Order: sequence, then C-alpha cells, then structure tokens
Amino acid sequence: MKIKVTINGDVYERDVAENRTLLRFLREDLGFTGPKEGCGAGECGACTVYFNGKTVNSCMVLAAEADGAVIETIEGEAKDGTLSKLQEAFDKNNAVQCGFCTSGMIMSAKELIRIHPKPTVEEIKEGLEGNFCRCTGYSQIIEAVLDATDQLDKKEGLKYAGK
Amino acid sequence: MLENSDPAQLKYVGKAARREEAIDKLTGAAIYVSDMILPGMLYAQVKKSPHARALIKRIDVSKAQALSGVRAVLTGEELNYKLGLYIVDKDILAKKEVRHYGEAVAAVAADTLEIAKKAVDLIEVEYEVLEPILNHMDALKKDAPLIHPDLGSYDYFKPAFSPQPGTNIATWNKMRKGDVEKGFAESAWIVEREYTNPSVQHVPMETHVAIVQWGKQDDVTIWSSAQSPFTVRDLFCYAFKLPRNKVRVLVPHVGGGFGGKAGIHIEPLTAMLSKKANGRPVKFQATREEEFTLLPCRSALTYRIKTGVSQDGKILAQKMTMYWDAGAYADYAVNVTRASCYSAQGPYDVPNAWVDAYTLYTNKPYGTAYRGFGHVEFHWGVERHMDLVAKAIGMDPLEFRRKNLIHPGSTTLSGEVIQEHTGNVLKCVDEVAKAINYGKLTDAEKAREKATGRKIGKGIAALHKAPAMPSFTATAAVIKMNSDGTVHVNVGLMEIGQGSSTAYQQIVAERLGFPLEKIKVTVEKDTDRDPYDWQTVASKGLIMTGNACILAAEDFLKKGYEVAAQVLRANPVDLAHDGEKVYVKHHPTESVAWSKLAIGYAFPNGNGIGGPLIGVGNYIAQGLTNLDKETGEGYPALDWTYGAHGIIVEVDPDTGEYKVIKVASAFDVGKTINPDMVRGQAVGGMIQGLGTATCEGYIYDKAGHLLNPSFTDNKIPTAKDIPEEIETIAVETPQLDGPYGARGVGEHPMISVAPALANAIDAAVGAELVHMPIRFEDVWRAIQNREPIDNWITKTPSGSCRSDPATRLHSPDSAITP
Repeated sequence: MKIKVTINGDVYERDVAENRTLLRFLREDLGFTGPKEGCGAGECGACTVYFNGKTVNSCMVLAAEADGAVIETIEGEAKDGTLSKLQEAFDKNNAVQCGFCTSGMIMSAKELIRIHPKPTVEEIKEGLEGNFCRCTGYSQIIEAVLDATDQLDKKEGLKYAGK
Repeated sequence: MLENSDPAQLKYVGKAARREEAIDKLTGAAIYVSDMILPGMLYAQVKKSPHARALIKRIDVSKAQALSGVRAVLTGEELNYKLGLYIVDKDILAKKEVRHYGEAVAAVAADTLEIAKKAVDLIEVEYEVLEPILNHMDALKKDAPLIHPDLGSYDYFKPAFSPQPGTNIATWNKMRKGDVEKGFAESAWIVEREYTNPSVQHVPMETHVAIVQWGKQDDVTIWSSAQSPFTVRDLFCYAFKLPRNKVRVLVPHVGGGFGGKAGIHIEPLTAMLSKKANGRPVKFQATREEEFTLLPCRSALTYRIKTGVSQDGKILAQKMTMYWDAGAYADYAVNVTRASCYSAQGPYDVPNAWVDAYTLYTNKPYGTAYRGFGHVEFHWGVERHMDLVAKAIGMDPLEFRRKNLIHPGSTTLSGEVIQEHTGNVLKCVDEVAKAINYGKLTDAEKAREKATGRKIGKGIAALHKAPAMPSFTATAAVIKMNSDGTVHVNVGLMEIGQGSSTAYQQIVAERLGFPLEKIKVTVEKDTDRDPYDWQTVASKGLIMTGNACILAAEDFLKKGYEVAAQVLRANPVDLAHDGEKVYVKHHPTESVAWSKLAIGYAFPNGNGIGGPLIGVGNYIAQGLTNLDKETGEGYPALDWTYGAHGIIVEVDPDTGEYKVIKVASAFDVGKTINPDMVRGQAVGGMIQGLGTATCEGYIYDKAGHLLNPSFTDNKIPTAKDIPEEIETIAVETPQLDGPYGARGVGEHPMISVAPALANAIDAAVGAELVHMPIRFEDVWRAIQNREPIDNWITKTPSGSCRSDPATRLHSPDSAITP
C-alpha cells in the first residue's frame, strides 16, 4: 500500500507491504539505520523512535500505521551538525560504549525529559527501564540525563573515588 | 614501559578524554554490519534442530529449492569442512546427528528475508530422537553415550589440551602444587562443598551478523560483527585451506561482544551459501532466539572445593575439581577450563594445591568465551567457599581473607612468585570493606532495618585474573603521518565499546607530545590493511597494544628525527620536538615543521629526502611458557589484575526477596589511562555480573529444549535494577611492563559480584547459597533448608567449640572486624 510519512521534517512517499514493520521500513527502505533491531519483539528498546510526539518501539509498529504520521529518529536529533544538549551530555559523561542501544536510549531520554523536565534519579531509571544497555551499567547514562537537565550535582549514589 | 610515568609530568594519560567514535554513535551515523545492504545481496536463514540429540534420517530440500527467489540451499552432507578453535570438532551444518537444540541442519539464501524464512519452513527433516545428555555430571557416567565418538581422530592444539578419546571429556587439565595430602594431614579443619552455576547468554545488543561474498578465484570478503578479525580470517583459511591473502575480513562498529564474538561462528556457513549462490553476497543475522541457541553461551560449572585450614585459620591445602559443561562442541570451553585451572584457588596463597579440571561434552548449546573467561563461574565457588570455611571455623570472613590473600612472595598454582608490582589485592579488599562499613551497621542502616522489617547484610568477595592467551600472543601498531602533521594510528585490536581506541589515542598523544586532536585511531578494521592482532579478548588489549603504540611512537620519532637531522644539519641526539615541529635543542629557532617532514621533505631546490613517515611497533608477550601437562607448572600470566567487591543488601527474612543497596568495587588497574572509561568498565561489568548473580541463566526441559531464549524469559538488568549506590575505586600499583604502568580491567568487574551478593545475603539472614543465579525463591529455600554444618566439615580440631552457634552464624553485629 502507499504511505506518506514525515521523517525528521522531510516527507517520504513509498509503497510498502502490509506486513512491513516501521523499523524495517526506516532502516531498509529509507536508510535510517540509527534505530537498531535488538530483539524484534518490543523488549529491548533499541528501535525506539518518536511517532506523532510519543516514543514507540518501531519493531512493533507497522509501516502502514505510519501513513500520515510524523516520525523522529536519532538522525534528526543533531541540527545543522550541532549535537543536541542531550547528545552533548551523553558524550561528555561517557554514556556511550558499543553504541548499539544509544539511539533508542537518546529517544527515551528525550521523552522522559519531556515528561519530567527536571527528573529525579528514580524517574530517570523508570523512564529508561525499557531500553536495555549491556555495556554501561546505566550509571553514566543516568548522569548524562542529569547533566542534560542541569542537575549533575544531584548524582548521589553514583560515586567515583578514583585517584 | 614506565617512562614518563610521574603523574605530574603526564599531559594526557590519566586525564579525561572524549571518545572520538562516540559522535557517530550518538547521531546514528555509525555503521554496524547489521545496517549494511550490499548490491545483489541475498538473505540467509537456517533450519534448526527441534531436538537435543537425534539422528538425521532424511532431509528433503526439494520444496525449498523450488521456491521462487531461493538462490542456494545447503545441507551438512555437502560440506566437508571441520571447524574448531582448539579442538576441530564442529561441522558447518550438522551431519548425520544433531548434538543440541537449535543446531543448524540446513540453510537457505534467498532474494528476501521473507522468502528465506518461507524456504526454511519448506525443508523437511526426519529425525530419530535419542536420549540426550543434559547434565554434564551424567556425561562422566560409564554407560553414557559418546557425543563425539570420533574424538580420538580430531585435530587439536596439543601443547595445551588433553582430550580423552572414548569418553565425553574434551580436555582434562591439571595443577599439582606441593603435597596436598600432607597439607590436609597437618590441617586442623577440613571443609568441603560444591558450587554450581548454569549456562548464561552474553546478550550483546547486536546479535551475530555476517555478510560474505565468495568472489571469483576464491577471493573471499567477510564483513562480520567479530571481536577478532584476524582469528576469523585465520580459522576460516584453516577450514577452507585458503591462503591468508585471499581472505579479507572487515569489521565496522560492533554492537557489543563480551567474548561471544571472539571466535569464528556464522561466517563459514554464510560463505558457503555465497559460493553456492554463484558469488552473490549473503547476509546472515541471528535472531535473538538464535543468539541463545544457535550461537554459543557461557559454560555451566560444577565446582568441588576441599580446603584444609590450620587451627589459626591459614589455608594449608586445597583440592579442587572443576566439571565444565562444554555443550555440544569444545570451542573456547576447553581454554576456559585451562585458564580456570591455573587460577582456580582465587587470589589466595595456597601452599599445597591439586586441581583436576574437566571439560565435558553434553547435548546443549555450546560454551564459549564470556567476559571473565571462567573466572565469574569459579569465583562463585571460591568466594562462597571462603565465607563458608570462615563460618565453619568461627572466623570472620574478612579476617579469614586478609590472612590468606595472595601477597608478594606467594607462589601461584603454576609456580610464579608474586612481586610487589604484581598488584595489591589486600588493598582492594580493605578499600571495599571501608566503603561499605563492613562488619557493622550504621545508625541509618539500623533505622532502615527497623522501618522495613528487612535484615541488612554485608559481604565481600575478592578476585584475580590473568589474560588467557597463547604464550606467544602478539600485536602491532602503525602510526602514519599525514601531510598536515596529523596522524592515523592503525591497530588490529577491535573497538567494541570498551574504549581502547581512546586509550591508545591518549598513549600516543603522551608519547609523541602531540595534542589529542591530531591523533586518530581507526575504529573499523580491515585485515588487508591493519597490522595483526591475535584477538580482542582476555583484558590484554590495553597492556599489549598500548605497549605497541608506545613502541610505534618511538619508531616514528626516531625516523622523523633522522630526516629532521639532515634538514637542520644537526645530530639527531641534539633534537627535540613539540606538536608542531622538530627543533635543535640549543638553537630552538632552527626548526622544521612536522607537516614538512610528513610525506617527505623537499629542499628549496626541489630535492626530496625521507618519504612518508611511518612508525611501527611490535609487541609480543614475554617470558610466558606452555604449562606442564601433568603438574601445570609454567608461566601463563602476562599480568594479574586484582579486585574486590563489597555489597550491602537488604533481605526479607520471610520471603527471600532482596534488594542491593550498595556495591563498592576496587580494582588494581596499575595506572588509570582514562578515569571515565575505567569507571565505564567497572560499573558496566559489575551490573553484568549482577545480572548473572540475580536472574540470568539457561533453563531446559527434560528433553533438552531451551525454555527461555528471549528477553521475556531471560531478563537482563535494566536501569531500574541497579543498586541504590555504586562506588568504584581505582587502586594503582604500576605494572612494570604495562603502558605507563597500566593493566587490563575489561573483564574483572564482572567477576565475584555474585559471591559478594550471596555472602551479604548469607550474612543478613543465614542462607547457604551454593547455586547461582540467586533468585528470591532460592534465598527463601536456602533459609528454610540450611544444611547441618557437620555435613560439610569433614575434619575438626580436637576441643573445637564448633557447637556454639555464635561461632557458626555470621551476623553483621557480632562480626569480628580487623
């Protein structure tokens, strides 16, 4: 079927199979490979994108459902070559290791900041619970979100006593 | 390689530095093999065995072959190649017999993934189901069927392994130190227990993926999510009898490895499909379920430890028996066995020791390397055992550990004498004990206990690990200068998220005296163009490739100075440099810019000298030996990294539910190259260790079907599962032959998390946990079913007051503190 989707501000019109997922449509048909497939079952969050202003696991949404929708992916996060405050904070706080979960993690972090502009550590943990990261142990990601919301001084419990 | 190691002199080493490749990862621009689509590419799928052990009576692929869009179909009978890292025991597709649930029996390449899936469904396989061996202890029984009847005819790496043909024993490794029977005879106490853990999945976020193109004239190109591109190339060439210069392995960004991508896995099958499809590139990406069943896991272990202790609590003798569950194929499991064998006592001084370590074939998905390489598994036993021995003899576990920890002058099981500069495990233990206020409850903790009705306990566990690698493991680094004075650094070691490339950037910057932004360490690898590195494993990347980087920088400067000396008409010994230029020390205005030397210097009249500036550094492990097969004597360890975890937990004594309040971890890293990345490894590894400790592990039914190959049924820790407080402590005892004194810490944070947690739970509520993972119901059961202490103490000193419960039950309030 024919669909018309706005992705990161640009309009795309394509013919898609009824069973094509939004994730495969983005990655394979349009080349937005930032969203990743970690499980294909809506459990790991690596494929998280914005769908009409809310985050979804794009592996659990059909491309056909996105007809007329406004989608935002990680590729639209940096503007004119400048990292967003959130991306900047992830970089500065060493919140990236292998990077495979990163794009989904940034999308979910963005959403949690939208809901809680000054999130507590507990709210951050809750907000990122649906995004698996096997590398970082989450601490530096939590700090990045605190930093992005100008409250890095609140990181009690995440202590480093290195010399 | 400790030059310039005075911290006050260091400009880049030990300081913060941003990860250069992070920007691509943060913007979605970083390309992983799973993102790649090549022109004309086909998609592969495999037909998998629904049985743990069965004979393949018939495979009918005719319907699959007839399906439109199918370009290649393969079965095992067509493929006469054997694979194996250390024992060559695996077919590319099962032949005649399947040996584990989920094993590949046939494969298809088709124009689309959908067609490939449909084609696989059309393949008909008739099996004769056989009784599987599922418990590795059953593999030892006299009447057990042989999983590899041809074990005696397989090729294997003879210096290190001893397969036992006619049995299910893939290798039997030994350590014999001192006189263990004499040690037991002299002991006042003997305590014996058994500890177990199941198979576990690595769970890299990117599942295994490869694209292979079998070109004309057997030129093969492989794009793989591999940790070790050169190992993939070399084992691939071994299997297919191809020269190394015909096979090229390219690895872009990798979505996590943790050891699961260290060897060769799906590349040969994908290659065979490409060859059969007339050289079209074929992509195969494992599904998450296949990651659990088709790809390898971490081996299960049963570990028996018998310890003899003197009246005053000094370990005199220890007999250890490890039964490792290889699963259906030996892969890395035999080397896990070997590495665990020579470290089996943990970081303790054991004067008389005896280890038998067996790797056993079973009908389960096979085991491979996983962060810690056996040490997560056997430290579970060792570090629980230390607490239980301490409890048995009425001594505080911390005091018992402090009395027995390995120290300068101790010898390891293989006979290496520990030096001051080897590292300081005692300091690691003391640091974490201090960080959790070991041995007492603070007022806040007492109030919390009162408010919640839960009991708070504190536990400690120590650890050690050396890289497990061939004695002659080698690597290299190449530094190439560009015409503007910037440099590229090529190394064969993969960046899989651990941050090595940033560490090399800092090391090269330090040694060259160039600013960080002038140095780029390439992340993507190409075996045709990058210098050789054995594998990205074993926590040896920083120390070995870091040293190669220093040597390459030395070579680079020497070559640069030679040309500059001619230009400046000076002796090279009178030259010095900064990030911009080389100059004469006593006439600093006499200088030549690096950019003028970079690709060859041109005199004003046009004459050229020099040429592109390239520095090369080779590094090979020094002084290591093979181990004696009967006694285990020899030098296996490049370096030892020590560490410890201290955990505070609160436990509901009625239900067994628990919550980790705090984890403090300390590692003797030698020298921190980048504090943020040390912490990234420390916390990331600790949480992965907490996953292993609390919830992860393979669960089978009685027929050998894996019941939990998904994130629904095999949870990993999420952001909500991390402890309330996490503290990381870097101890720094410089490694004399490490780059700026550094040693590896990639795997160590995952080791001994589980026993530290169990020790804390035991301290809180008295739960004799001997199996991990530690689920709430296991805690509840352990509280209910405490084994009488007499069952596991086989010798007691005369006049022992062991019957006094106060000496048996360790409670934080009554603990003896140092």
